[in-house]
Amino acid sequence: MATSATRTRTRRAGRRSPLASAALLLIGLLATGGAYAALTAGASADAASESQVTKLADEGEKLFAANCASCHGLQAQGTEDAPSLIGVGAAAVDFQVGTGRMPMAASGPQAEQKPVQFTEEQIAALASWVASLGPGPSIPDESYLAGDGDLAVGAELFRINCAMCHNVAGAGGALTEGKFAPSLMGVSAKHIYEAMITGPQNMPVFNDANITPEDKSAIISYLKYIEANSSPGGLDLGNLGPVSEGLFVWIFALGGIVAITVWLTAKSN
Amino acid sequence: MTATATTPATTETKAPTGPGMRFVNWGANYIEDRTSMSGLVKELGRKIFPDHWSFMLGEVALYSFVVILLSGTFLTFFFQASMAPVVYEGSYPTLKGVEMSAAMASTLDISFDVRGGLLMRQVHHWAALLFVASIGLHMLRVFFTGAFRKPREINWVVGFLLFVLAMAEGFTGYSLPDDLLSGNGLRIIDGMVKGIPVIGTWISYLLFGGEFPGEAIVGRLYMLHIMLLPALVIAAIGVHMILLIVNKHTQFAGPGRTEGNVVGNPIMPVFAAKAGGFFFIVFGVIMLIAATVTINPIWNYGPYDPSPVSAGTQPDWYIGFADGTLRLIPPGWEFELWGFTFSMNIIVPIIILVVFLVLVAFYPFIEAFVTGDKREHHMTERPRNAPTRTAIGAAGVTFYAVMWAAASSDLIATHFRLSIEGVTHTLQALLILGPIIAYIVAKRISIALQKKDREIALHGYESGRIVRLPGGEYIEVHEQLSDYERWRLVSYDDYAPLMVRPNANGKITFGTKLRGVMSRWFFEDRIAPVTRTEIEASKHGHH
Amino acid sequence: MAGTDGAAPGTAVERHESAPLPSGVAVISDDRVENPGFPPYRPRVSDTDPVKERQNERRVFWLFLASMIGSVFAVVAYIVFPIHEGDLGSVRLNNLFLGLGFALGLLGIGFGAVHWSKSLMDGHDMVELRHDTRGKPETIARASEIFTLGNKESGFTRRKLIRNGLLGALVLAPLSAVVIFRDFAPADDPATLLKHTMWEKGTRLARDPNGVPIKASDVTIGSVFHVIPENLNDSEHPLEEKAKAAVLLMRLNPEDLHISEGREDWSFRGIVAYSKICTHVGCPVALYEQQTHHLLCPCHQSQFDITREAAVIFGPAKRPLPQLPITVDEEGYLVAQSDFHEPVGPSFWERSL
Repeated sequence: MATSATRTRTRRAGRRSPLASAALLLIGLLATGGAYAALTAGASADAASESQVTKLADEGEKLFAANCASCHGLQAQGTEDAPSLIGVGAAAVDFQVGTGRMPMAASGPQAEQKPVQFTEEQIAALASWVASLGPGPSIPDESYLAGDGDLAVGAELFRINCAMCHNVAGAGGALTEGKFAPSLMGVSAKHIYEAMITGPQNMPVFNDANITPEDKSAIISYLKYIEANSSPGGLDLGNLGPVSEGLFVWIFALGGIVAITVWLTAKSN
Repeated sequence: MTATATTPATTETKAPTGPGMRFVNWGANYIEDRTSMSGLVKELGRKIFPDHWSFMLGEVALYSFVVILLSGTFLTFFFQASMAPVVYEGSYPTLKGVEMSAAMASTLDISFDVRGGLLMRQVHHWAALLFVASIGLHMLRVFFTGAFRKPREINWVVGFLLFVLAMAEGFTGYSLPDDLLSGNGLRIIDGMVKGIPVIGTWISYLLFGGEFPGEAIVGRLYMLHIMLLPALVIAAIGVHMILLIVNKHTQFAGPGRTEGNVVGNPIMPVFAAKAGGFFFIVFGVIMLIAATVTINPIWNYGPYDPSPVSAGTQPDWYIGFADGTLRLIPPGWEFELWGFTFSMNIIVPIIILVVFLVLVAFYPFIEAFVTGDKREHHMTERPRNAPTRTAIGAAGVTFYAVMWAAASSDLIATHFRLSIEGVTHTLQALLILGPIIAYIVAKRISIALQKKDREIALHGYESGRIVRLPGGEYIEVHEQLSDYERWRLVSYDDYAPLMVRPNANGKITFGTKLRGVMSRWFFEDRIAPVTRTEIEASKHGHH
Repeated sequence: MAGTDGAAPGTAVERHESAPLPSGVAVISDDRVENPGFPPYRPRVSDTDPVKERQNERRVFWLFLASMIGSVFAVVAYIVFPIHEGDLGSVRLNNLFLGLGFALGLLGIGFGAVHWSKSLMDGHDMVELRHDTRGKPETIARASEIFTLGNKESGFTRRKLIRNGLLGALVLAPLSAVVIFRDFAPADDPATLLKHTMWEKGTRLARDPNGVPIKASDVTIGSVFHVIPENLNDSEHPLEEKAKAAVLLMRLNPEDLHISEGREDWSFRGIVAYSKICTHVGCPVALYEQQTHHLLCPCHQSQFDITREAAVIFGPAKRPLPQLPITVDEEGYLVAQSDFHEPVGPSFWERSL
């Protein structure tokens, strides 16, 4: 199975010549270009109803003044309590408000997911107004959220870029000083994408030069795949690894067997 | 008639007859003529085993080991212990086309392309976790009941070796699939080995066959895992069993039971049926768990690559205490001297672990020195009747538990909404304070229970019945114990601190002084067993 | 062994020792409570009631029958729940039903046998006498006589020269075998190898895993790149090289960085590169918090402050992560200025020699 022939064939196949790197680069560029084209297409479609957009943004401004301005400032310029939102883009608003993280309830180590406070229209309005303040990442195109990307590529990129915080199975993990990387199970494809491009709170930004939109789509596909397919081995014990397995073996396996030994050595009546 | 002594059944000297029995007789004679088997059956067939649930824990370990051997053999038929890179073309979609070692690819094939393969993997791994866990619990039982005392000190050491071998078996097995989790585990081992002064760098280099990770380690660990270590485990189990037969089993105090007898079930047929049935039960429970609960989903972890790592990277539970000790070292424990690097952040944990394990291994000899008691002990003690030992055990368990908990500090932090720094600092404090508190609490509880036993032995149980005496006084009626019930409460070994006296040469040796100090530590707080006179007196008092 | 000698029911059996052994600090009292002897046997229902006995007999049989059904079910499950390639659900069903069948097969036998022994086999406690572990004096005398004879006939203690010769030879024979372990690893000196990585002047920083080089302009503030040397995948030992050369690339506000003397030109407009291999025991340190600029190791929770050149702020690590000096080439790609200036990864004995 493992011969040196396979080895030469496979060691990160295809990138032994500089030509290959060039080709990859080209593909990457084309893909990015394609993504831009797609996004602009979406934008121009919107432009058809420009008046509608302005109306939406106006509504957003009102909502912002009522719900967000106390911390972020009336012009979203930021205050001592909260950062400036100029240039964060519609994606950041859609993520933060759409997952209930904003408006923040109480100050803690980090803003946490909670019931969403606004309707979808209101979120769209807020996003639209914040996006109008300065250029920033926009809400991702549906085509990247379908979950039809390359699973193996997505899994590998997830392990390299995400698993150290979110755990290989997306179960989440600890950060410093009480912060934590949340579980990714049950998070919508759109919000995952938005988190990657905007880097909410302490999460780093993964821009399109770092992880291309296709690659982001692949990562999302991987997450959606493991979400949809329960473990073939049975209950997954929260995918927390050896700690939950160890607790299980002590409490249920050994505990159960000890209960049996008590029955086994008790005198029959 | 209370207990039936095993009498040679004279009726059975005549071979039973009947259809089928003729063949059995012929077979028995055939074997007897060639092996003299009857001697063995005569010696062992009616050996007595005392009955107590806690005496079954060693059996759980033994049976899990048999399950490990059976399932492990199945796995070897498919597993390839090679780190040669291959491209995975099996059926798990998120790894298709990914380059990985042959070891990882073959493990995935066992999981997804062999019917029953995943089941056998899970049986093997669950049984391994249960194996070490049951050894641990068995050791605790032996410790807290004093079953390690003469003549069983050597068997305690053999059992301790089995515990260490089981951990080694576990760790080598955990590393074999060459997935991301086990690869990072090996990375940690590599880092620890490199921190050993003078020879560390070379040991790591030779172990991994070059620089980490190399292409040798899986093959080497595999050889240890399926050949050398199992051979040692089987040999040690053999010695453990032979000594068990030679020393006979210990028993709890009970009416009619003495240091000079064993009371229980004979091997043929009761114990054989129970123990044999219990093997199937243990196997069945493991099988049930393997059928329904995932263990070590390597397909999530993916192949080993030195760059990624998963949150919640932990070893299997029995290595957790070592990993936890590493986590508890405060920053900055490393220095250079004469150009050499002393990684105290690695050396200190290694020393702590070694000292802890050595103390466990040698405890029977320490206690034997303190008591100076050279008699044989076949009655297990109730933990309360040896308060200092129980306290030491509680302290040891707490120490281990803190180290163990530290290995999951990140999960404790996320699941209880705490900060990882707070958890670590708390555990650092607990590592030192925990055993002290546990020692004091366990000792006080033991002594309190002894006092209560004494009270009950002398005055009986509180019945809850209130009676008014003719003089108008109310008393609660105490229900007296039968002699049989009382015996369990009053029959235990009693020790007093050593009076240090000069020896024949008029000198007090260092050994005597040490023994004086240690015996005072052990036996200063003691509740003497109830005496005959006291019982007589209490009986008169109640009349 | 299971004997009748003296084990008369109702009496505590006294031991017969040749000489009492020292009891140390044990308190030997004449006033001990006496062993009351064996309690009377409490008969089970199946001892007295033939109906219950028959009932128990049937119960044991049902358990064995359940086992048979389980075993047959396992065989059937093996066939009717095959694994379809790529269908995880089929693996799950195969695992579940095959396992349940086996489990029933095993548990049926187990519970059946135990129930049989508990309810139907003789329930009386039996007594066996213990003997001292130490052999009888005659046996010990004979054993020591054999050793004396062996010594006399061989002259083991008398012929000191050849005895010591034998001991020396026995010690040396296994010791000599130590040399064969040298070739467990190649000829090079590990300490030298550990002090160098693949990075050298002009090596481009590339994305892990695909090796696409990174432009300085790609690295926006707040982002983190997982980096390998561009030529890593062409190297002869990519995993071993990656285990030393893996790097984490981050961009901060330049004013947030506290740069020490001599490192002024190691970063590029707030872009810094640090070894990803923990200086504790070598896990990849990759949990970067973009607001606090802390790096956390998921294995043992060491924390490094990127604004202060990866100084350790928490956890068991001692040394900061080594920094890779970087700059940009004429095409705008990030490149290394040189190798790391110190060994990466866990400490080792010869590290600073």
